[in-house]
Amino acid sequence: MAAVTLRNLSITLGGSTIIEDLSLEVASGEFLVLLGPSGCGKSTLLNGIAGLCDVTSGAITIGGTDVTGADPADRNIGMVFQSYALYPTMTVAGNLSFGLRVRGVGRDEIAARVRRTAELLHLETLLERKPAELSGGQRQRVAIGRALVREAQVFLLDEPLSNLDAGLRAELRRELKLLHRRLGATMIHVTHDQIEAMTLATRIAVMRDGRILQQGAPEEVYARPATQFVAKFLGSPATNVLPGVAHAEGGALAVDAAGCRLDLADYSLSGPRPAHGQPVVLGVRPEHIRIGDRARFDGRVSLVERMGNAQVVWIDWRGNLVSCLSQDAREFKPDEPVHFDIDATRVSLFDAASERRL
Amino acid sequence: MILRLSTPTPAARRRRLSPARVGLYAFLATAAAFFLLPLYIMLVTSLKPLDEIRLGNIFALPQAATFESWRAAWSTVCTGVSCEGIHGGFVNSLLIALPSTAIAIALGALNGYALAFWRVRGAQLLFALLMLGAFVPLQVMIYPLVRVTAMLHVFGTLTGIVLVHVIFSMPVMTLLFRNYYAALPQELFNAARVDGGRFLRTFLHVVLPMSGPIIVVASIMQVTGVWNDYLLGLVFAGRDQLPMTVQLNNVINTTTGARLYNVNMAATILTALVPLVLYFAAGRWFVRGIATGAIKG
Repeated sequence: MAAVTLRNLSITLGGSTIIEDLSLEVASGEFLVLLGPSGCGKSTLLNGIAGLCDVTSGAITIGGTDVTGADPADRNIGMVFQSYALYPTMTVAGNLSFGLRVRGVGRDEIAARVRRTAELLHLETLLERKPAELSGGQRQRVAIGRALVREAQVFLLDEPLSNLDAGLRAELRRELKLLHRRLGATMIHVTHDQIEAMTLATRIAVMRDGRILQQGAPEEVYARPATQFVAKFLGSPATNVLPGVAHAEGGALAVDAAGCRLDLADYSLSGPRPAHGQPVVLGVRPEHIRIGDRARFDGRVSLVERMGNAQVVWIDWRGNLVSCLSQDAREFKPDEPVHFDIDATRVSLFDAASERRL
Repeated sequence: MILRLSTPTPAARRRRLSPARVGLYAFLATAAAFFLLPLYIMLVTSLKPLDEIRLGNIFALPQAATFESWRAAWSTVCTGVSCEGIHGGFVNSLLIALPSTAIAIALGALNGYALAFWRVRGAQLLFALLMLGAFVPLQVMIYPLVRVTAMLHVFGTLTGIVLVHVIFSMPVMTLLFRNYYAALPQELFNAARVDGGRFLRTFLHVVLPMSGPIIVVASIMQVTGVWNDYLLGLVFAGRDQLPMTVQLNNVINTTTGARLYNVNMAATILTALVPLVLYFAAGRWFVRGIATGAIKG
C-alpha cells in the first residue's frame, strides 16, 4: 500500500482551468472521500491521479515515486468507474484477468488470484457469464474485483455506487467499508453523496470549483464546517442558515437572529472575535433544534415530513424557515404554534461576507 | 382529483383503407416494378435462345428455357482476343476484392481507433484532411497514381490495384470506424488503459471484439465498391488481372457476328451476383450496423 501526494496540481481541459493549485496528502491505508457537487472537478482530479487526463502543472507521487507524466499502466493503480466499464465481449473471468494477462502474469497465478477475488466479492458462480447477463450490483462487484485482482497500491473509485438503487447502494457501501478494513488499502473515492462520504471515509475532502474547501475526519467536518457551503452540503436535511448580527459588547458573545438573541458564551471561535454589529450567518443543524413546551423561541409549524423513524418539522420562525429533526412520536399539524430551543454549544457561526467560519 | 389521460383507440383506424394508403401502396408497387422490371427482362432474355429473342417480345416468358447462354457467358464467350468466358474475370475480381477489403478494414479500424480514443496531436487536422480526400473526385488522382505505382514497380499488377483500392477507401473506412468508436463509452477505454493495455493490446482485445456490426457494414461497402469498380481496374490492374466488370464490357462491345443478347444478359447477371448475394446474406447486419449509429455525421 502506498501514500499519494499531490503538489500544486493544476489541470486545464479545453482551455478552462478545472483544478487550480491543489495540494493533497493521502496517507497509506487511508480511505479518502472527495466530496463535492457535480462540476466541482472531483472526477477530473481522480482522472489526473490515474493519468487519464494530462496535468498542466504540479506533481503527483504514488508510493514515493513521481508519476506525474507516467502512463496509467505504470502507476500501479486500480480504478472503478461509475458506468462499470466492463469489457462486454469478455466473461467475468476474462474481465478480472485482463489486467493480469496484459502484464504477463503466469497462468496459475492468474487462476489463483481470480479465484481469490471472486470469493471475496461472491462472484464464484458468475465467472463464466458475460457482463450483459449480470445485474447492476453484480456488475459493480465485477468492476471492483477487476481493480482488486491486480493488487494495486492505490484504488481510485469514481462514483462507483451512484448507478445503483438505494438498497444495493447501502449494501455495496458496507461491502466497500469491510473490504477497505480487510485489505488496508489506500482508497480515493469520489462522490457527491454526503452519506457515502460520512459512512466510508476516514477523511473527507470537500471540493468546490476545483479547490478543496476543507478536509478532515468526517465527524470533524460535520461538526465544525469551515465554510457555509460545507455546512450546507454535508448533512441531510441541510443545515439551517440564518442571517444575523454579532453582539460582542461587554463580555459574552451573542448573535441576534430572527429578532431573538442567542447567547454564544460557549462558542469556540476559530479566529478573532467578530466585531460588534458584524453581519454573520448562524448555522444550526436540524438535530440541534429541540421542540419543547417550555422552550425559549416560538414559531409556527409550516410543513411536516415524516421519515418513519423520525420527522422533519419545518418551522416558520418569524419569516425564516427552519427545519428541525424530531425523534418525538407526537404529531405536528401545520399552523400549530411550537416552542423550541437551539443548542448553542453546537451551532456554527460564519462571516456573512466571506462565508468562512468564525 | 384524478387526471385521466385518454388516447383515441387505434383499433378503429387500423381497418379502414384510406385513399392515402391506396395511393401509397400504388406508389410503392410502381417503384418496386421500376427497379425489378430490368432484372426480370435480363433474367428471361438470358434464358431464351436467340431465335426467340428475335421475335421481339421482351416481356414474354421463355418458351424453351435453356441455361446454354449462362454456360457460354461463364466459359466460352469472347472477351476481346481470348474466348474463355468471364470466369477468369470472376477469379480476378475475387483476388482484388478480398485483400482490398481485408487490408482496408484493418487499416480503417486502426485509424478510427487512434482518432477516436487517443488524443493524438493534430488528429483533428488529419481527420479534416482525410475527409477532404473523400470529396476529391478520384479521376484527378489517376495520373499521379499511375506515376507513383510505376515508380514502385507495381503498376499493372495485383499488388498495384489492391494498393490503389486501399488508398481510395481510407477516408470512408476511417470515418466509418471513427464514428462507431466515438459512440463507445470512453470509460471502457480508460479501464483498459488503467488495466495496463497499450495501444495495440487494447485495440485487439477490447475494441476490435466489439466492432462486429461495423466490420460487416464496412465489408459490404468495400466489397461492393471494389467489385463494381471499372475505371481503376481498367487502368491499374494490368491485362492479366482485369476484373469482371472490364471483361463484361469487353463481352458486350465485341462486334463480331450477331449480338448475343442472351449471353450478354447472363454475363451481366453473373457479374452483379456477388454484391447481390452479399446484400441478401448480410443485409440484416447492414441495417443493424447503420441503426446502431455506425454511420452518422
